[in-house]
Amino acid sequence: MGDTSFFISKDDWSLHRKGEQDQARHQEKVREAIRKNLADLISEEGIIMTDGRQVVKIPIRSLDEFHFRYNFNKSQQTGQGDGDSAIGDVIAKDGSGEKGAGHDSGAGDQAGADYYEAEVSVDEIQELLFADLQLPNLVQKSPEDVIVEDIAFKDVRKKGLQSNIDKKRTILENVLRNARAGKPGLHDIALDDLRFKTWEDVERPHSQAVVLAMMDTSGSMGTFEKYVARTFFFWMVRFLRTKYQTVDIQFIAHHTEAKVVTEQEFFTKGESGGTICSSAYKLALDLIETKYSPDRYNIYPVHFSDGDNLTSDNDKCVQLVHKLMDVSNLFGYGEVNQYNRASTLMSAYRHIHSPLFRHAIIREKADIYRSLHTFFGPSQSVSGGAL
Amino acid sequence: MTSAELLELEQAIDRMVELARGYGLDFYDMRFEVVPADVLYTFGAYQGMPTRYSHWTFGKFYYRMKVDYDLGLSRIYELVINSDPCYAFLLDNNSLVENKMVCAHVLAHCDFFKNNAMFKHTPRNMVDSMAASAERFRAYEMQYGKVAVEEFLDSVLAIQEHIDPSETARQQRLIRPSDGDRNEASKDNRRLSPYDDLFSLDERLSTQQRKEKPRDIVHPQKDLLLFLVHNSKTLTDWQRDVLTVLREEMLYFWPQIETKVMNEGWATYWHQRIMRELDLTGAEAIDFARTNAGVTAPSRMHINPYLLGVKIWEAIEKEYEVPTGDRRDRFHVEGNVGRQQMFEVREMESDASFLRNYLTQDLIEELDLFLYQKVGNEWRIVEKDWRKVRDKLCASRTNGGYPVLYVMDGDYQVAGELYLKHAYEGMELDVKYSEKTLPHVFKLWGRPVHLETVLEGRNILFSYDGNRIQRKFL
Repeated sequence: MGDTSFFISKDDWSLHRKGEQDQARHQEKVREAIRKNLADLISEEGIIMTDGRQVVKIPIRSLDEFHFRYNFNKSQQTGQGDGDSAIGDVIAKDGSGEKGAGHDSGAGDQAGADYYEAEVSVDEIQELLFADLQLPNLVQKSPEDVIVEDIAFKDVRKKGLQSNIDKKRTILENVLRNARAGKPGLHDIALDDLRFKTWEDVERPHSQAVVLAMMDTSGSMGTFEKYVARTFFFWMVRFLRTKYQTVDIQFIAHHTEAKVVTEQEFFTKGESGGTICSSAYKLALDLIETKYSPDRYNIYPVHFSDGDNLTSDNDKCVQLVHKLMDVSNLFGYGEVNQYNRASTLMSAYRHIHSPLFRHAIIREKADIYRSLHTFFGPSQSVSGGAL
Repeated sequence: MTSAELLELEQAIDRMVELARGYGLDFYDMRFEVVPADVLYTFGAYQGMPTRYSHWTFGKFYYRMKVDYDLGLSRIYELVINSDPCYAFLLDNNSLVENKMVCAHVLAHCDFFKNNAMFKHTPRNMVDSMAASAERFRAYEMQYGKVAVEEFLDSVLAIQEHIDPSETARQQRLIRPSDGDRNEASKDNRRLSPYDDLFSLDERLSTQQRKEKPRDIVHPQKDLLLFLVHNSKTLTDWQRDVLTVLREEMLYFWPQIETKVMNEGWATYWHQRIMRELDLTGAEAIDFARTNAGVTAPSRMHINPYLLGVKIWEAIEKEYEVPTGDRRDRFHVEGNVGRQQMFEVREMESDASFLRNYLTQDLIEELDLFLYQKVGNEWRIVEKDWRKVRDKLCASRTNGGYPVLYVMDGDYQVAGELYLKHAYEGMELDVKYSEKTLPHVFKLWGRPVHLETVLEGRNILFSYDGNRIQRKFL
């Protein structure tokens, strides 16, 4: 044997995409799993309680590769010390074990990692969540408000800017013309052959909408109730801000009386006292009258409460809801009702039969997802409600 | 690597090949391929086989390795394929001296592939046959749908370790090929209507008269995949093909799983010897020392097979060069046969016997090996007795570290149900994982499946009937 017993080569691997392709499929499965878990995911405290900009880790059990294996936690493993290890030494604590060390490519069965975690950014969740939400019953209120958003090359013309010349079509025209003239082939490009790509403005009607977010901040709203309302509004605000350009949001906090607060205050402030819901509705009507004329705005009042309203106030509420619906595109009422009580407000609202009235009863975190769909789902599903 | 470096590497390999041959290493012709990191990681994800079929789990693994690499947490230095000629992939952005080391390392791996008894029956053209099966799998995807193929692969991959790579099993298969079974299975298989059961009822009764009990096995069978290939009534032809291919791939990989410590130790031992013979500049020598130290770095939670392996090999050499203790007094080893003994061991042993025979008290103490266990929330060292450490290590290398299952009955309760039994030897199964794996077995068998094992000292039977898992203490 001589020199020819080995070869060394270096090829171009830039088109090798096998790993990426399978990774893309894996990624797809992760997204599928996220979509299935959306109802649980959107009420993750990690997202709601922070600024919502972070990446969250979510366990995706469906992507585990199950097989028959030993119970790692119950069996002994071999390890290696520095030379002075002794019985009783703690070498790792749960969650902080040295993972993926060394060259053992068969990693994955190590301590602590008993399910597969995917890192998902809030934006990804948002994208999936908002894919089928919309502002229902959107009406174009003032047609003169048109904004130009973009340009699109949609047309081909015989005159145009030289830099926008459409070479393919120009050649095609030339070939066609030569063929007609009985001299097939590509030659003698004439002025007449030239084709230019031409753009058009993409216009989008300016949809103006205002959401009147009302929340009960009375003493009867416990931690869970507030958390649910907070989660709902968190996603609602994000939804509106991402999907539409000009949407105003007014935050109205109320107990026995209502006031307009900032977003910050709305989500963080807790107050005590009784509940008179009509106060919030009245304030909402005032706002509509003074600031948000129904001629120019689509109006979406959404109210969250635990339903524990002052009984004598209920009739007034129903009246005001009707009034609000006269000027609004939708009225949303979300009741956080963990223990399935019969709430006074809900029993009053049960008699409102209007396609504009949408309500949802939220018993557990996962219902938030459904309530978002009830309020911001397509128009036809008016029946709504997690009943 | 620049082309100047490539040229230098080529000259170095020339020298290393010569040195290796001089030491007595015996390897196939080598094909070194310099590839960029993402390609190397892709191959790594497919267990070194660039032509393997596609599946999302490889993508997941690839991504994890790539992230680790990008973050500088871990890296693959080399990939080598057990084939003739032997393919080895070198990382493009390794330094020249790193790649020299890798080449020396790979030569020893190839020697091991070629000469270790465990590898005797591994096909040496696996790259091509994997490409061919990947091509067929793609055709199945076209014909039967991507999802169908993927889900079937999910199920087979869940139990892919349950084969029987032993020489005895191989011999038996040669003596009594199960062709009869195969015909019977495919006959059953032809009918796939919902009334399958009704039709085959008469047939089953008549076979029952012919044979004592259909699909009953005299000996418990370890090769679950083969059993399914032959006896499952639910599999279609393409599914049988996929199952067969995955089984053959596992048989091909198995010797590598069973000789991890030996093989890595062997390669490390020789790359050290060969590198020492090369003319390295001062800077290169330091570079090599650093890389070598990285490869053989100990880890608290795992056993580094490179380190443990090389230490044992060095101990063998020393012990047979100048025998001491029992080796001298009881076994009358003459001495001066260090290398000779090493080559014999590399031919005859696998990890389990390698560790059992040559992991001595001295070594365990020198390496400070211990056993640890979860106590509450902490992982604590619980054992330092060298015998216990050695035995545990051997046990963890037995059957590639996978639980041993036997097919006990293919007609359990005379209802065509599959009965598996875990050969319990003190290590409990992961209950959650077992319960999630059984549905995959069900998918491949088509009838209820049972798994017997031991939990907390009691025999327990997990059953899955297509809807839910049941547990029953026996």
